[in-house]
Amino acid sequence: MPDAAGSATATAPAPAPGPRPVALAVQDLNAYYGDSHVLHGVDFSVHEGEVVTLLGRNGVGKTTTLRSIMGIVPRRAGSVRFQGDELIRLPSDHIARRGIAYCPEERGIFASLNVLENLLLPPVVRPGGMSLEQIYQLFPHLAERRRTQGTRLSGGEQQMLAIGRILRTGARFLLLDEPTEGLAPVIIDMIGKSIRTLKGLGFTMLLVEQNFRFAQTVADRHVVMEDGRVVDTIDNADLDRRMEDIKAYLGV
Amino acid sequence: MLLPSRFSRMLEVVSAMIMDLLGIPPQVLFGQLLIGLINGAFYALLSLGLAVIFGMMNVINFTHGAQYMLGAFVTWMLLAYLGIGYWAALVLAPIVVGLFGIVIERTMLKRLYHLDHLYGLLLTFGIALIVEGMFRYWYGVSGQRYAIPAELTGGYLLSFMFLPTYRAWVLVVSIVVCFGTWYAIERTRLGAYLRAATENPTLVRAFGINVPLMITLTYGFGVALAGIAGVLAAPIYQLTPLMGQNLIIVVFAVVVIGGMGSILGAIITGYALGLLEGLTKVFYPEAANIVIFVVMAVVLLIRPAGLFGREK
Repeated sequence: MPDAAGSATATAPAPAPGPRPVALAVQDLNAYYGDSHVLHGVDFSVHEGEVVTLLGRNGVGKTTTLRSIMGIVPRRAGSVRFQGDELIRLPSDHIARRGIAYCPEERGIFASLNVLENLLLPPVVRPGGMSLEQIYQLFPHLAERRRTQGTRLSGGEQQMLAIGRILRTGARFLLLDEPTEGLAPVIIDMIGKSIRTLKGLGFTMLLVEQNFRFAQTVADRHVVMEDGRVVDTIDNADLDRRMEDIKAYLGV
Repeated sequence: MLLPSRFSRMLEVVSAMIMDLLGIPPQVLFGQLLIGLINGAFYALLSLGLAVIFGMMNVINFTHGAQYMLGAFVTWMLLAYLGIGYWAALVLAPIVVGLFGIVIERTMLKRLYHLDHLYGLLLTFGIALIVEGMFRYWYGVSGQRYAIPAELTGGYLLSFMFLPTYRAWVLVVSIVVCFGTWYAIERTRLGAYLRAATENPTLVRAFGINVPLMITLTYGFGVALAGIAGVLAAPIYQLTPLMGQNLIIVVFAVVVIGGMGSILGAIITGYALGLLEGLTKVFYPEAANIVIFVVMAVVLLIRPAGLFGREK
C-alpha cells in the first residue's frame, strides 16, 4: 500500500472495466427492536471496490441496516452474504473477523483510552492493514494528539479517529455511519477527501448519509430507503437528472 | 534485624515525642497501625476484586466473601488431605477459586446480564449462602488451624515495635498484587480492551473481540483475587466457614466509599480505611468497629458516587 494518503486520487476513479464481484449481498433483511419491526425486507448489494451510500430521512432504517449487517441488532432475519458467506446468524465479533469494519454514528470513542490506545484497540483481522504512520498521514491531526484522552478531541478529530482506527485492522469493507454528522464544512471536505483516498486504495465502503450533496462527492451509487425498505437505487452519474426524486425522498 | 544506628536513634526521638504528645506508648500506636494496615491489605485485595468485577460486568458480587473463605479452606484442605503446603497453595488455591467463579459465570451469571443489577446480586448472595452453609455442615463453625509456613515465622524487632514476618509478607503480597492489577488494567494493551469493554461492550465486540470470554475471565480473575486474600488469611485469621461474612460487610463499605468500579479507588480506600480503623482503636476503641460505616455515611452524603467514582 504505497503512498497511502499523499497523492492518491482526489476524484472518484472510473469503475474498473467489466462487472466487479459482489462483496455484500443483503436480501430480505428484517430487523426488530423489541416489539417494533424496523426493517421490512431490505435488498441491495455492494460490489468490490464500490462506494455505496444509504440515503433516506431520519428513522427509515439506515443505521439499523448497518447494525444488522454488523450483527449488533438483537433480532434479525433474512440474508446477509459477505464474499459468499452467510453472516446472519454470526455474532458480531465473528463478522468483524471476516473483514468488515464498523464506524458507528456516535463514533464510539472510548473516554478511558487515549488517542493511541483508541487507534490500537480494534484487533488486526487480516494482513495488509494500514500502519500507524499511514493513518497519521491520512489524518495528521491524530499524530499530534496521540496521548490525549479520546473524548477530549473535537468532533472532527473524533470522526477521524473513529475512521482511522478501523483502517489498521486489514478489513477491506468499511461501514461508515454518517461520518459527516454535526461537522463543519471544512472538516466535511477533509473527511470526503479521505474517503476518496480510501476508495483509491481499493476499500469497499457502505455509508449512511443524509447529506446527499456530500454523498454525491464520494459515492458510485445511492440506495434510497423509506420505511424500512429500499425504494430506489440511483447511479451517482444520474443524480443531477434525478434531483427532484431525491428531494422528494429526503423531504428537502 | 538491626537498623542503621542513625535511623534507629531518630526513631527513638520520634517515639519519645509520640509518648509526650499523645500520652500513648509508641509500641501501642504502631502495633495498632500495623494491625490496621494488615486489615487494610485484605480490604484492598477484596474490594479490588469487587471493583474489577463491577466495572466490567455491573454485577455486585455478593459471593466474594464466600470465595475468600474458599481460598482459605482450599489452602487448608490441600494440606490436610493432599499434603500440599503453603507455597503451592498460594498458586493453586486462587486458581481453584477462580475456576469455581468461572463455572458460576458460565452456567448462571451470564443469563442475567440483560436484567437489572439486582438479579446478579441476588444470585451471588444465594450462592454465598449455599457455599457457606455447606462448609458449615461439613466443618462446623469452630475453626481450623493452619500454621504459618516455617520460612515466614519469627519477626523483626524494631526499636518502636515488633514486626512479625508473616504480617510483613501479607503486606508485600497485597501491595504487589494490587498495584500489579492496577498497572495491568490502566497501562497495558490487555487493560485497554478491558477499559473499552467496560464502556461499550457492543462496539468492542463489533471490532472482533470475544467480549463474553473476556467477561468470564474477568470474573474468574476478580474471584481469584478473593482466593489470594483467603490464602494469605489462612494462617492468621480464624479459619471458619463464616470468616468471609464478617469481613465482606466492611469490604462493601470500602467499595462504596472508594466508588463502585474504580480500581485505584478500591486499593487506596482499602489501605486508608484499615489504617483509620487501627488509629480509632488507639484513640477511641469503642468506635473502632463502626468508624468505617460512619465514613461511608458521610461520603454518601457528600459524594454519592464515592471518593474516586465518576458521577453518572
